[in-house]
Amino acid sequence: MKTQSKIIIVVASLLLVLTFFFPIWYIDLEAPQYPEGIGLEIWLNKITGQKPHDLANINGLNHYIGMKEINPDAIPELKIMPFIIIFLVVFGLVSGISGKRSLVYIWIILFIVVAAVGLYDFYMWEYDYGHDLNPNAAIKIPGMAYQPPLIGAKMLLNFNAISMPHLSSWILVVAVVLSLIALYIDKKLIKKDEKHA
Amino acid sequence: MNRRYLKAFLVAISVVAAFVILHYGCQESKDLVAGDEAGRVYVAPGTYDEFYLFTSGGFSGQIGVYGLPSGRMFRVIPVFSQDPEKAWGYSEESKPMFMTSHGFVPWDDAHHPKLSQTDGIADGRWIFINGNNTPRVARVDLSTFKTAEIIEIPNSGGNHGSPFLTENTEYVVASTRFSVPIPNKDVPLNSYKENFKGTISFIKVDKEGAMNVEFQILVPGFNYDLAHGGKGPSHGWAFFTSYNTEQANTLLEVNASQNDKDFIAAVNWKKAEEYLAQGKAKTFNTSYFRNYFDEKKHMGISEENKSVKVLIPEECPGLIYYLPTPKSPHGVDVDPTGEYIAAGGKLASVIVVHSFSKMIKAIENKEFETTIDGIPVLKYESVIGGEVTNPGLGPLHTEFDGNGYGYTSSFISSEIVKWKIGTWEVVDRIPAYYSIGHLCIPGGDSRKPWGKYVIALNKITKDRYLPTGPELTQSAQLIDISGDKMKLLLDFPTIGEPHYAQSIPADILMKNSKKIYPIEENQHPYGIKAEKETRVVREGNVVHVYMSTIRTHFAPDNIEGIKVGDVVYFHITNLEQDWDIPHGFAVKGMQNSELLIMPGATESVVWTPLKEGVYPFYCTDFCSALHQEMSGYIRVSTRGSNVAITYGTGK
Repeated sequence: MKTQSKIIIVVASLLLVLTFFFPIWYIDLEAPQYPEGIGLEIWLNKITGQKPHDLANINGLNHYIGMKEINPDAIPELKIMPFIIIFLVVFGLVSGISGKRSLVYIWIILFIVVAAVGLYDFYMWEYDYGHDLNPNAAIKIPGMAYQPPLIGAKMLLNFNAISMPHLSSWILVVAVVLSLIALYIDKKLIKKDEKHA
Repeated sequence: MNRRYLKAFLVAISVVAAFVILHYGCQESKDLVAGDEAGRVYVAPGTYDEFYLFTSGGFSGQIGVYGLPSGRMFRVIPVFSQDPEKAWGYSEESKPMFMTSHGFVPWDDAHHPKLSQTDGIADGRWIFINGNNTPRVARVDLSTFKTAEIIEIPNSGGNHGSPFLTENTEYVVASTRFSVPIPNKDVPLNSYKENFKGTISFIKVDKEGAMNVEFQILVPGFNYDLAHGGKGPSHGWAFFTSYNTEQANTLLEVNASQNDKDFIAAVNWKKAEEYLAQGKAKTFNTSYFRNYFDEKKHMGISEENKSVKVLIPEECPGLIYYLPTPKSPHGVDVDPTGEYIAAGGKLASVIVVHSFSKMIKAIENKEFETTIDGIPVLKYESVIGGEVTNPGLGPLHTEFDGNGYGYTSSFISSEIVKWKIGTWEVVDRIPAYYSIGHLCIPGGDSRKPWGKYVIALNKITKDRYLPTGPELTQSAQLIDISGDKMKLLLDFPTIGEPHYAQSIPADILMKNSKKIYPIEENQHPYGIKAEKETRVVREGNVVHVYMSTIRTHFAPDNIEGIKVGDVVYFHITNLEQDWDIPHGFAVKGMQNSELLIMPGATESVVWTPLKEGVYPFYCTDFCSALHQEMSGYIRVSTRGSNVAITYGTGK
């Protein structure tokens, strides 16, 4: 691979490091009683409230509908994800520095697999929280589940739940796009060389 | 009928009709507000007022919090008077705040709220207020709108002239309204001239706000009325009005109104600090309490002080001077530049304005009329800066708009008079309904008035509102001062007597307003951090209940094993960490008060059940959809029973 493309791949790999510093996803909960806003942020390695006590307050509200407490310690994926990202960073650096196109292809495929599995896993947790409800809950509405959308907005009783990708997701997208650009440029440059040769 | 008679008859009828119309027509013209005034005070639902207004509650002992220009009330801050709604003075934590050398004093009358200042401008950290009856000064924290400290003032017969500040809140000053023997002792009342003395107190305020009576000045036995700290060039001085320089001890309305001039005492407090450092102060033994609220422990703490440092003017030359001022001066107000000191001689026909620079010159040139107990009396002509003539009857207080005008309240003629600093001419006047005392311009006592409005704080309302029996509402009036002519915009009712008020732009306070107390910072000795720590502990006949609240249950909510004769302490921790979610707590037959516990706070209340039986308890603040379910039971058994302590929730 040409140096220009190598540099882009290395930059794309290092960009992934930023995903440790920003949330991947957020869920805003809008209700008349919360003009100041309340919501969750899902990170690589943790789930937090958007404001200091939001997580505890959401858990407090959720107990009325019998939802399990959202306890980040009980979600093993949050422990695994950082290693997967570190692996992707290292793999990306190796493929960028070595300049092997095949490695870059594998890297991108891995990337997409991780993203797809991650989203599916996120959906399954949402499903679990939304459906596995305490039968003795104070508020029971037959047929009602409280699964927030994977992406988009949905009314859950008095709350409008808005679930959207956060900065880290966009960082991942940018990294993939950058690596695709690297491959494209590389092909062009090689063609150019061939013409001149 | 003869035509002539008919004509005469018609003339007579017309004259009668004209008088009738004139008579009733005039009654109709009672100051109707017209034009865009309604729009000027309308604050649309969900939007904020531009200013906070803090009014003293007068005889209610509390502080009222309002928004301007709407006049909407937001809160009553309990300060000197017990308030069962908030358990202020009833909870174990707040009881120490009421301790004095006279024991537990559950009330006071409070007059002058005063916002803390930095560089002579209100900074929004605290608001101070005086208790007149049992001389005290309170400090309210403006991040929580809660009384944080109350300090008693020793050697004072009544604390009206307080709390006024120096430019950076170095000191809160206080002067005694009533002179008394110091130290107090049993003497004949007609020995006033020989035995009675006054004091002027300087209370030091540290960076965290903690107050300490740093020193007092023993002054002649007059009545000291009001005060103000100097600012700018006059920073380092404080000014105090006095009346009853006649030293009467009976029928003061006559006997204290005889002298043509009484005094403003000008105190050089920087000089006082020097004398203090030189060890010139005498130590007087006395007793006074300092009570403060530890926000982390959620606990009031009361400590007794046994001595105070006192400076004697005769031994401290240059410490204090008297400025002769006509007719029992009441207010003493320093203009934004710090040069002019306006005095409201409540029986005077002019507003006297002293000049600070002339005062300094007169002191240098020793232009003294006489000396009283070591205090030089400066010559009136030497210190006078100007006189505002025709200021209305009974001028009391002056505030400033920062544009070169003073606004003086005149009690007897019930009006506000606007006059120009320098030319001393009256440029406008507007009636107040009725009998205005203090008045307030946002920042109008500071180096930087925000202006815009003057608020009239009235003593009498008579026909201004719907009647409510013999006791009528008290009232303030909002007047626009942004133009050349003052314009009445709004009347609004207030709690107690709105004696004085202070106002500050909302954005200065809003950003500091706390939403919750972080539970992890709760250091209450009987507090808990989580529901699993709740418990009931018996120690002899004392039972401590460590209880939690969270939407929507108490833990524990079933308690057995309490016996008649037990002293039960409920220590309730509100585990909520959500904005605007306090919980209440009350047991049937509670003899003191309910509790109202803020998120993250712990409060305790004591209960002594008198009869066996089952007692429900419940949340008193509608907290959630299942508020009505937020309840529990306590089983009380006979004195000798052997029912063991058991407790739990959901078991």
